[in-house]
Parts: sequence; structure tokens; C-alpha cells
Amino acid sequence: MGKPKNQPEGGQAPVVQRVRLRYAKRGPLRFTSHRDFARALERAILRAGVPIAYSQGFTPHPKISYASAAPTGVASEAEYLELGLRERVEPGQLVKALDGSLSPGLDVLEAVEATVPGSLADRITASQWRIELPGVGDDQLATAVAAFVAQSEILVERMTKQGRRTFDTRDAVVHIAAVRSQTRPPGVVETAPCAILDLVVRQVTPSVRPDDVLSGLRVVADLEPSAPHSLRSARATRLAQGTLTPQGEIVDPLEADRDPVVIGER
Amino acid sequence: MRGDSVFPQLELLLPLVSKPIQYVGGELGAVVKPWESATVRWVLSYPDAYEVGLPNQGVQILYEVLNEREDTLAERTYAVWPDLEKLMREHDVPQFTVDSHRAVGDFDLFGLSFATELGYTNMLTELSLARIPLLAADRDESHPIVVVGGHAAFNPEPIADFIDAAVLGDGEEAVLEITDIVAAWKSEGCPGGRDELLLRLARTESVYVPRFYDVDYLPDGRIQRVVPNRPGVPFRVHKRTTMDLDAWPYPKKPLVPLAETVHERFAVEIFRGCTRGCRFCQAGMITRPVRERSITTVGQMVKEGLEFSGFDEVGLLSLSSADHSEIGDICKGLADQYDGTNVSLSLPSTRVDAFNIDLAQELSRNGRRTGLTFAPEGGSERIRKVINKMVTEEDLIRTVVTAYSNGWRQVKLYFMCGLPTETDEDVLQIARLAHEVIKSGRQATGSKDIRCTVSIGGFVPKPHTPFQWAAMERPEVIDGRLRALKQEINSDRSLGRAIGFRYHDGEPSLIEGLLARGDRRVGAVIREVWEQGGRFDGWTEHFSYRRWVDACAAVLPGLGVDLDWFTTREREQAEVLPWDHLDSGLDKDWLWQDWQDALTEYEQDDCRWTPCFDCGVCPSMDTSIQIGPTGRKLLPLTPVNTGLRVPAGA
Repeated sequence: MGKPKNQPEGGQAPVVQRVRLRYAKRGPLRFTSHRDFARALERAILRAGVPIAYSQGFTPHPKISYASAAPTGVASEAEYLELGLRERVEPGQLVKALDGSLSPGLDVLEAVEATVPGSLADRITASQWRIELPGVGDDQLATAVAAFVAQSEILVERMTKQGRRTFDTRDAVVHIAAVRSQTRPPGVVETAPCAILDLVVRQVTPSVRPDDVLSGLRVVADLEPSAPHSLRSARATRLAQGTLTPQGEIVDPLEADRDPVVIGER
Repeated sequence: MRGDSVFPQLELLLPLVSKPIQYVGGELGAVVKPWESATVRWVLSYPDAYEVGLPNQGVQILYEVLNEREDTLAERTYAVWPDLEKLMREHDVPQFTVDSHRAVGDFDLFGLSFATELGYTNMLTELSLARIPLLAADRDESHPIVVVGGHAAFNPEPIADFIDAAVLGDGEEAVLEITDIVAAWKSEGCPGGRDELLLRLARTESVYVPRFYDVDYLPDGRIQRVVPNRPGVPFRVHKRTTMDLDAWPYPKKPLVPLAETVHERFAVEIFRGCTRGCRFCQAGMITRPVRERSITTVGQMVKEGLEFSGFDEVGLLSLSSADHSEIGDICKGLADQYDGTNVSLSLPSTRVDAFNIDLAQELSRNGRRTGLTFAPEGGSERIRKVINKMVTEEDLIRTVVTAYSNGWRQVKLYFMCGLPTETDEDVLQIARLAHEVIKSGRQATGSKDIRCTVSIGGFVPKPHTPFQWAAMERPEVIDGRLRALKQEINSDRSLGRAIGFRYHDGEPSLIEGLLARGDRRVGAVIREVWEQGGRFDGWTEHFSYRRWVDACAAVLPGLGVDLDWFTTREREQAEVLPWDHLDSGLDKDWLWQDWQDALTEYEQDDCRWTPCFDCGVCPSMDTSIQIGPTGRKLLPLTPVNTGLRVPAGA
């Protein structure tokens, strides 16, 4: 045996194709954290035979980059990531193989080959949310929303990794409205009311999350669900995220790769 | 309705607790069956946090074996953390399964696997949240039969009041037999109720039903006798042994969790049992004889398990993996098969010899040589003779230096403290050994960039081992020895810098000792501790020595015994031990002889390569050693990673 090796022999195959995916986190699996999802995806990639490329070095990592991460406990219909592949695949087949290999509730919805330079993350400037509020009546929510809109700044507190932080939750909110609930969402028990909030929030630092907006509603209007519910058991879903246009629309971040002309036209 | 999901109620609590994903289920490999489709319904538990319980091999094997039966369904439940326990009590949500979120109390059988006695308080939490009466005597036909297994079930006396039954030994066939008995009893319309069912189980002679045995005590507190109180109930209950592991290649579909767990790998048990004869090792004593899985079955299990799970790490597990008769070919064959992939292979082993390094080298071909672990267990040559760990100081140093020379930078050395006959000097020798290892390693490699970590565990005498009669050392003596050892390691600044030191203090070991060798009187202590808030006793941040000592002081004096009586007292040959009526196959006279040999520092060789030394297991259990070599080799895999695997119908 010669000198101990300091570098692994041979290199990893290069990336020949980059594919961008939209995926959803639904139902009970909304309780997966971002790390949980990442682990599940890496295993699903192996099971599905996806020709993923790896980084170099002693501990090669699969080439996956995430554009976003919905908070733990928040459902999403619109999360995005990009895979670096060492062999070309047909994006439609990739969706089928990967989705078939992930647990139901973690669902791969669509894939497009990356054709336009620039990162996915740069195309994401805002999110649309829908928040179900068990224990809150429609009128109660409408009143709170009116009080929210009337303010120009609403300070709330949240624990972050840096400690307790106070920040404004009003400015980042582009759109906020109480939606009259037609049908009761599944899982909401019996006669409890369940108001629904529709929300568009800009991506800012520190980020304003759905629960921060609820804290804001509590600050301006004492919004509090009837027992046994609490604002913390509200159910938020990210419906869309992407580039916010001056008209207040959110453009799908995959659209540019589908048809490079579209963004320029708007 | 029985079998309904409680998820709608639970879901409201999940945003309020830490790591909610652990309560959601949704694992790959999980099985969900309609409630009405099964005649017999099991809920299985490893009574610790999900992150520890999910990877447990025993539970995964039984889960799969049971679910393969058409007439049976099996689900899993784990201990919930105190934050959720509090909310579940406030909102009246019962202990639930993670598969279908059914109430645990709805099932026919509630099986708990105990690898450690420190899980006992968690069992009481699960029973209470499941609304199952804590005392077996208070249960009726509407409650599940609570049956325990795992190594701790070889002395279930401390929890005898809380359980209906215990199974000793391998579970694969036992759970199927129990299922048959329950299915027959149900199809007959449950004649004689719970009592009759338990009687039928007891009459198999391999299911222990504590209520059918009376324990009498002598005036001095020792046990006078343990006798059946029902006709047809055997005087001794025998352990189960699964022979021919090739016929039981489980897990085939390992559970792959969404939550992070302590072992993120596919584990294949390459053999069961061990006859190295380390006298402290309960696992080695109670799992005899050695039964190997053949090289071809191991290869097949690895291939299918990886394809199914998507894990990128394989662990080849057993009590001493380097001892498999074909381990060289297994390691080389797997290393060849997975060369150039990102699959890593690991071989936990405690053997201290050069062969072990050859194997590790084969498995780390791709270059990652982060750490190797060796377990000399005892610091001095003398104490290693007492515990029958036959390693000379010269061997140990040569082995570790070989590891350094072959590119490993970090070596971990595992020892125990508190062993029978141990002196301060025996423990201080660990420091000398570690110094020698670093000195020789630096010399051999010409580099200062090598380290070793000394890791110390507390010795706990266990039932069915030669040390079952031994006195435990007091925690303050253990802690004193560990302090002195630390000082000794750091007495040479230059060498000490390269040596890490990890240890546990003596107090938790003493409590583990109480629970391991306790009798039925200890049950009241467990209950008192639990009522005072004891949970997750295997976790340093939750364990409270004070709580256990106070509970002993509150409960035991009235029964004529105390904590010391159970732990630091040496037993005599004639004493009836609480587990004497539970048959592990080991001849008690042989165990006593081995204990005497320990005291005279006389070593015992392994019966795989020397003649039988009459431990008693094979003749009494009608089993025999099953080892290779088969002479077969692993063939190269046909490439599998070509093309996307698109599910049919997608």
C-alpha cells in the first residue's frame, strides 16, 4: 500500500442537462421540514433511476438546488427546484418516474429543461397564500383585514435564529382579502366556522411568513379563533410563487424556460 | 368506531409541537390495511422517540412478517415527546399508530420491544395515553393483550404487573404462533375471555404470562420460589430460536422515514448469536447459537433493499461482524458490486485485529477513511481476562498502528468502567494504553495528525450472564475513577491533546442495574417514578437520578429491600434469581462456573473453533451452530441504473 490517498480516484460525470421542477407538499406531509423533503427526494432519485450528477470530493452530493422552501407545517402547490443530470432525460418521463417514487403528498407536478440563464431563485419575488382559519368566522376575519389594510406599518415579533426580532408585517403584503368560504375544507370538525384568507406577500428580508401576517391581524384587531383552535393551528397553503408584475400578477418561474419571449413581452 | 383515524384531532395539535413529521407516518414501506380486512390486529412499539424507534430492526421485521399474512394487520406506535403528551391529555387524543392514526387501544395485541430497561417508563406513558389500565389485572376483553419482547424480556419481572405476556428470544415465528392462537380464540367466539386466551398462550411453554406465577419471598428479602398457580402452566418458559436465517430474509422492504432518524441506512443482519463469550455481554449469551446468513442471501438482501429504499448506506450488522465465516468474500463481493457508485458500506465490529482492518480497507476503497472503532473493553490485561475479552496489549497497539498507517486518522477505543474485581489501577491503564497508541502511531506515520477517542461505558450486570451474581460498583466510585483517568490522560500534554475522552457518569448505570436484575417489587418503583414525571429515561436530558432514588426510598423499604440490595449486593450461588424460571438455554451451573473462572482470570475459548464447552444452549433448545463457509461468491451485478423507472400506469 502506497501513500494514503487524500483525494478519491476518478471524477464525477459532468452535468449535461438541467431540469427545473415544480412540486407540491400536501395534506399530512405538509409537516415535512425542508431537510426532510431533501432527504426524501435524494432517495426517490436513486429509486427512480434518475441520472443525477454529483459534486466532486470525498462526500459527493447530488446536484440539486432549491429555489424555495415552504415552512414546516405549511402546504404548498408551488415549490421549485433544479436538478443537474449526467444523462439527458425527457422532462415528462422524469416527472412520472420521480413522482411515482415519492410518498403521496410529496408530488412532482411539472418539469422543464432549463434553457434560459439565471437562477430560479431570482425569478421569485412574491408568493400567493391561502390560509384556512378554523374557529374564525367570515365577518370576524373581514373586520380584521379592514383594520390591517388601514395601517401603514404593523410591527410583530418572531423568534429567529438570531433571537427575538421585531419587524414590519404590513409593507410586504401586496394583497389581503377575506374569502367567503363556500365549502368546508376536509378535516375541519363539525360546526366550527372556518374563514379563509387570500394573501400575496413580497419576498423581503427578514421574510414575512403567513404566520407573521396572522400575528399582524392579532395585533391590529385582536383576531383570535374560538377554542379549541388557535392561530397556530391555521392551515396555510402556498398557491403560487414567482415574479410579481406591476399589475400584481405572479408569473410562473418556469415560464421563461418554456418560452423565452414571454417575460420580455410583459 | 374502532379502527377510526384520530388524525383530524391530532392534526390540530401538530403545529404546536416540535418535529411534527415524526407523528405523521407516510414512510416508504409502511402498510395500511382496511380495519375490517384483518382478523388479528397488532400494534407494535419500540417505546422511545420515533427517531430512535423507527430504525429498530426487530420491530421492522415483525411488522413485515405480520403484514404479509392476509388475516393480520400490524401498525406501529412510538413514544410521543412530552410536548405532545401534554396536548394529547388536554385535548383527549389517544395514543395513536403512525400508519393509519388508529387508537392503540382498539387493537387485539400491543407488542413492545425492549432493547433497554430504561424504556419502561415510556411504556407506562403509552399505556396510559392508550387508555389501557396500567395494571394487567385491571384489563378486560376490550383491551389489547400487552406482550413484550426484546432482550429486556429475558427478565420482565420488574414490569410483570403491567404486561400480560412476554416472549423470550427471536420473534419471527413467535408472533405468527401467537396470531394463530388469537385468531382461533376469536373465531370460537372468545371462550373464557381474556383469562382463557392467556392460558392458551402460556401452555405453548414459550409465552410467559406473569399472572400465572406466584413469587414467594424469604424473610431476608430474597426469593424463596416462583411457581405456577394454574394447572397446565409450565414451570419454566423457553426462549424461541429462529433457525435458518436464509429462510427469513427480513426486512425485505425496510421502512424509509421522512423524518430524520438515528440510523439512515439499510441494515442487513449477517448472523445472529455470538459465542465469543464476553462475560458482560447479555446479547452474546441469550442469542446462542451462532446462525449465519449465507453470502448469497446477504448479497440478495443488499441488492433488493437498496433498490427498494434508495438508501445510500448499507450496514452489515451482527454482534461481531468480522466473525462471519465468509466475511472476506462478502466484503470484497459487495465492494466490487458497488464500486463506482455512491453506495457506502459499513461493518460495525468490535474485533481488535489486523483482519478487521483488511475488511475496513476493502469497504472504504473509494477513499473515505474517517474513523475505526475497536473495543478492548478493559484497560488492563488482567481485567480483560476477567471479562474474557482476549486481546493482548501488543495486539491492540499493533492493530491501531496498522490502521493509522493505512490512512485512518481517527480511531475510537471503547472501554467499560465498573467491571467486577476492577481496581483504580485497571482503569488508569486505559490512559497508558491510549498514550502508547498515539506514540506508536506518530512514530509509524511520521505525522502528528492522528487522534484517538477513548469512550467509556458503565458496566451493568445483566441476567443470564456469568456476571448476574456480581455486585455493581457505586456511582461515586465510578465517577472518581473516571476523573482520575481523565487526569492521567492529560498528564502528558502532547499526547493528551491527541486523545478525546467521552464517558457517562455512573448514576444512570445504577438505575439500569436496578431494572435489569430487579424482581416484581421494582414495579412499584417504576410506577412511582412515572407518576412523578419520569419519561425518556434513556435520554440524559430527561433522566433524573434523584427521581429514581426518591422513588426507591418511598416504595422499597416497606417491602424489606432497597436500591443497594438490588444493585451493589453480590448474590450467592444458592439464591433464587428473579429470572430462574425463564429459560435462555444456558445451564445455570455453567454460568456459575464461568463466573468463578472470571474471578480466577481464566479464559474461555469460542466453541466455533474449539470443542463445545457445554454452556447448555444447543442441547436444551434443540439447536445447533449454523455456519459456513458455503464456498459461494457474489457475482457482479448486472447494471441496474440505466433509464428512468416509470411506474406502470403512470
